Amino acid sequence: MRRLFSSMLRRSATVSGLLVKTMLRTLPALLRLRARTHRSFSSRLREKDLTALISVRAESIESAFALRAGLVSAVSMPTARETADVHLIFSDSATLLELLAEPDNFLGQLNALKNFRVDVRGEDHLVQWFLETLKQLFASTKSLDYGTRMTDGSHRYVNNTNGGPVFVYVRDGRILRITPIEFDETDGASWTIRARGRSFTPPRKGTVNPYVLGLRSLIYSKDRLLYPMKRVDFDPRGERHCGNRGVSGYQRISWDEALDIVAAEIRRVKIDHGPGAIMNSCGSHHTWGNIGYWLSARTRFMNSIGSSQVVHNPDSWEGWYWGAMHHWGNSIRNGASDTYGTVEDCLQEAEMIVFWSSDPESTSGVYGAFEGTLRRQWAKSLGIKMVHIDPYYNHTAALLGGKWIAPRPDTGSAMALAIAWVWITEGLYDKDYVAARTTGFELWRDYVLGTSDGITKTPEWQEAETKVPARVVRALARQWGSRKTYLSPGGLAGFGGACRCATGIEWARSMVCLMAMQGLGKPGVNMGCLQQGAPVDTHFYFPGYAEGGMSGDLDNTGLRVSLYQRMPQLPSMNPVSQVIPRLRIPEAILGESCEGYPTDPKSIEGQFRRFGYPAPGHAPVHLYYKYGGSHFGTMADSNRYARAYRSDKLEFVVNQSIWFEGEAKFADILLPACTNFERWDIGETANSGGYSHHQFIQWNHRIITLQHKCIEPLGESRSDYQIFLALAERLGLGNIFSEAMTELDWCRRLFTASDLPTRTSWKKFFKKGYYVVPAPAEANRAPVSWRWFAEGREKDVPELAPLPGDYKNRWRRGLQTQSGKLEFEASSLKRFAPDDPERPPLPTFIPSWEGHHCRELYSRYPLNLISPHPRYSFHTMFDGKDSILCDVKDHRVLLDGYYYWIVRINSDDAAARGIGHNGLVRMFNDRGEVILAAHPTDRLPPGTVQSPEGSAIYEPLGEPGRSPDRGGCINVLTPSRNIISRSHSTASNSCLVQIELWDKRDIS
Amino acid sequence: MKKYAFIIDIGKCENCQNCFLSCKDEHCGNAWPGYSRPQPLHGQRWLDILQKERGSFPLIDVAYLPKPCMHCDQAPCVAAGDGVVYQRQDGIVIIDPDKARGRRDLVSSCPHGAIFWNEEEGVAQKCTLCAHLLDGGWKAPRCVQSCPTGALVLFYGPEEELRKRIAQERLQILPAAQDGPGRPRCYYKNLYRYSRCFLAGSLAEQVSGVEECVIGARLVLQRGDEVIGEQLSDDFGDFKFDDLPDDRADCELVILLGEKEVKRQTVTLSNGQSVGTIRINR
Repeated sequence: MRRLFSSMLRRSATVSGLLVKTMLRTLPALLRLRARTHRSFSSRLREKDLTALISVRAESIESAFALRAGLVSAVSMPTARETADVHLIFSDSATLLELLAEPDNFLGQLNALKNFRVDVRGEDHLVQWFLETLKQLFASTKSLDYGTRMTDGSHRYVNNTNGGPVFVYVRDGRILRITPIEFDETDGASWTIRARGRSFTPPRKGTVNPYVLGLRSLIYSKDRLLYPMKRVDFDPRGERHCGNRGVSGYQRISWDEALDIVAAEIRRVKIDHGPGAIMNSCGSHHTWGNIGYWLSARTRFMNSIGSSQVVHNPDSWEGWYWGAMHHWGNSIRNGASDTYGTVEDCLQEAEMIVFWSSDPESTSGVYGAFEGTLRRQWAKSLGIKMVHIDPYYNHTAALLGGKWIAPRPDTGSAMALAIAWVWITEGLYDKDYVAARTTGFELWRDYVLGTSDGITKTPEWQEAETKVPARVVRALARQWGSRKTYLSPGGLAGFGGACRCATGIEWARSMVCLMAMQGLGKPGVNMGCLQQGAPVDTHFYFPGYAEGGMSGDLDNTGLRVSLYQRMPQLPSMNPVSQVIPRLRIPEAILGESCEGYPTDPKSIEGQFRRFGYPAPGHAPVHLYYKYGGSHFGTMADSNRYARAYRSDKLEFVVNQSIWFEGEAKFADILLPACTNFERWDIGETANSGGYSHHQFIQWNHRIITLQHKCIEPLGESRSDYQIFLALAERLGLGNIFSEAMTELDWCRRLFTASDLPTRTSWKKFFKKGYYVVPAPAEANRAPVSWRWFAEGREKDVPELAPLPGDYKNRWRRGLQTQSGKLEFEASSLKRFAPDDPERPPLPTFIPSWEGHHCRELYSRYPLNLISPHPRYSFHTMFDGKDSILCDVKDHRVLLDGYYYWIVRINSDDAAARGIGHNGLVRMFNDRGEVILAAHPTDRLPPGTVQSPEGSAIYEPLGEPGRSPDRGGCINVLTPSRNIISRSHSTASNSCLVQIELWDKRDIS
Repeated sequence: MKKYAFIIDIGKCENCQNCFLSCKDEHCGNAWPGYSRPQPLHGQRWLDILQKERGSFPLIDVAYLPKPCMHCDQAPCVAAGDGVVYQRQDGIVIIDPDKARGRRDLVSSCPHGAIFWNEEEGVAQKCTLCAHLLDGGWKAPRCVQSCPTGALVLFYGPEEELRKRIAQERLQILPAAQDGPGRPRCYYKNLYRYSRCFLAGSLAEQVSGVEECVIGARLVLQRGDEVIGEQLSDDFGDFKFDDLPDDRADCELVILLGEKEVKRQTVTLSNGQSVGTIRINR
């Protein structure tokens, strides 16, 4: 019908021209009528005074009118042509009518725009306002109701977080409480797994991480930024006093002043220095949602203004990305494993789970809340044995029990090699599988046995490295070699602190080799710890945040895979090709040249393309647009960042932040952003898109949320979208940024692009706030990962990887490696750098460059510090800010009025230093010093100390960047060196320190 | 008559703090008229989580004990309150938020430290079992709702049913509460993980020139003539006798391979240690 209509219009220009002429002539009358019948529309018309001109070139139609104080009046054409504030231009009447007939045909609009069949002129904010007004002219005025009214008069809304979806109870515009979601009888059905004569079904609710329950106190935190601020001694037209950053105070300014300064600085550095001078950086995570996310609105804005992109190292994956990938492919997962169907397989078949550097009870995989906990409790009840290899007696070990094996940190593949030695010498490996599905085993065998290098990798040999008794490793190897065993390296299959240290690459590689020896993919032999692999519906499409939302970025998000076709949008190509390795931000600011290797999951070889900074013909960084304050608490050797901030070379720093914390205190201008509870967004729990394909299989149910705007933004804070839009308007990029849509418009557009409209209506979804995707029929559950490979079949798991061109024999046959098999010796490394002593093609034992083999350093700093992810915050996001999380005894400790971060130390090591429970200590090395509260414990071996990363508070006791930090930023101590030269990687768990009691008189 | 009680399984508590935090989310800054004044942002622990680390490296375990107001029958706070504190028919003990102004003395009336003084509000306050929610139709208080492991359970039923469960599941009240005053309505499962000690160790022996774990050895723990426990060493040669008194008593540990006694040693029962590695000769 539509096609008929438009072809008719196209054929007869006379008819369409007549139609348009009539319509445009009646437009002023329609506006008046609407204003008379709808009070809200009449007050809208009073918002702006403008003259509007609409012209159609082909038929020479022109129509104009003026708005003055809410009244619509005629304007003469010559006047209109000269004074029009908004000018809409159409190539022909048919185009105009087509676009009008289908307001939701975004592809049609974009095509018309790209071919200049439609154009707009005028100030962005006026154009945006005018288009929105025209939309409202025809829209239904019935405002849709959202949320659920409760019997006590409060309203219950829905929102989403890094730690699970939530109900938000609001009364009188104030949040009363935030709780986990409990399903009702109309929500999608749950699955049931049958294993060993029992049935397992998850409860009808979602879980949440502890920090989610601290959110209300974080939203209303006294550390919220409520107004735009300017550093008191910063004058963009005079003295900037860059050296005072981190010390000077702030004064409140208006939004207009703040935005004018930022827009002017963006213009200025582009003119003064040329492309590349603007750098933007944000944390790896953000407040939840597909529209407001950093990979969405922020990316579109930063691309639109042209800026140097800060590229992230694969910091959760390191060893997997730079190491394991070369042996089994999986580049799309940054070298980690897929885990489809593993909950069912593990419960039905496995006899043992080896958790290796794996603490899902603390890290929740990522975004997994406590969904996996119940499944592990089921495994325990079925008698599946558990082994926990971790220097720290972690919370998973404490909850589930089993054998705890505590190696010295950063000893890489030593224990794995000894396990392989036992298997080889005692014949405890799958010889048929090795023969049929792997290559290079002989080289690995010869290395393990010592025939190639003269060192037999016996359990006794590893004991000197790990301090784990040889007999324990022998016993473990024998059990593992004779039981169907799941290996969980990291809380997801392919994370773990052991992959983030100097020996992390060799460790991750050895994990693949061990599983290659045990028949990866056979029943009960697989990767994971029940954290992932729930049998939810993987055939239902809803985008994850890394699919780029409204970013328009086809190069640096996953947009082009699925979402771009479903949600056509203006592409936002960044004209600046300069990129900056995130771990080298300080050096980049100081004008030093540096290099990096990309995080490119497209192919195994993506990581080999070295890049340099500054890029050819580009300017070094002079303007830093920072989102949030996280880097001190999360990036290595973080005093570097404080020192760089205080350099004159950095002419301007703007920080868009929700809270006044961390790096925000080093900005010249502060733009107060609101939380996702104060704006609209849309997102599925744990769906991160390309960052970990089908990540939602951690959840027992797929929960997709319309993230209600629960309260108005606090103070003068605004959503990121609104802030970017306001800046874009000042730069003449407003309509390019917004496509003349509101955040809620974008939510609806994304809803329509997903599979949701096949199951529910926008109205229903908007009101209820969430949709639970029903469990699929058993026949539609995803098959078990690796099973196809073990059985020599076509790949049958639901992932679009590797790329078709990366298969060797034919599509869906074999792995991404050159041989298509599991490779003990990696062909990709043989091609790239066969003689690299840091990463030889065959995995080997390479001692840490900051460990006990470094005699001189070790004599001064005899303690190995491990800094895992914090349990009671998500990186820095939920820490500090005077929230109720400060009261969690194992998060921070209140001593003499200050909430100190905690370091855990073996009780003998503590006693030898005279340190008691909650004693204040200084932990230090050549890089810096942090003041902490000590918790002596036997959860660590002697010589190892544990203190998580993630402090949001950076409080140098003297000059920033050169004095002890009382806030607890452990990364002040960690090395900024790459794990290996040919990488861009962090080795945060290679960190030698010393600890002493702290004498408070040291505060000068 | 149905009454409420807490049933808390120490074996399932992993210190996630969801209970502690959801309690604060509900009560900090929120007044629930008739039930409670707002809890201050910091300092009070209406539901405190205690922890106990047992053994010594590397043979240890850790237990967590969530401790709310136990809503005691014949509660000492009710006795001390002169009508300010009362127990409802459903078992919930409430400090009247209006009448308790200035009643700082109530804090010390609770032997379990469950009552707090709110300086700003000038009122004594404590866990209300989220009675404002239960009365509004909620099935559980916030702490129970947010518990992901099933460690916290709210019981609501007749007293006979509760007594049956206490017997069947070997539920206990805190040892400190055993001799009164007051009879707590908070029962713990697997309390021994917190309140009792264990004896753990590893067995090793030399075989063909290397050290091996001794798997399947029979261990007998005796106190005088009484056998306290008997078990086989596990796949790593480890053993663990649990639920023992922490009374520093000397016991005899006898190790047998088959029927043959290969070692006998005296051990002291105490919380802070394990016996480490015992090397045996066949």
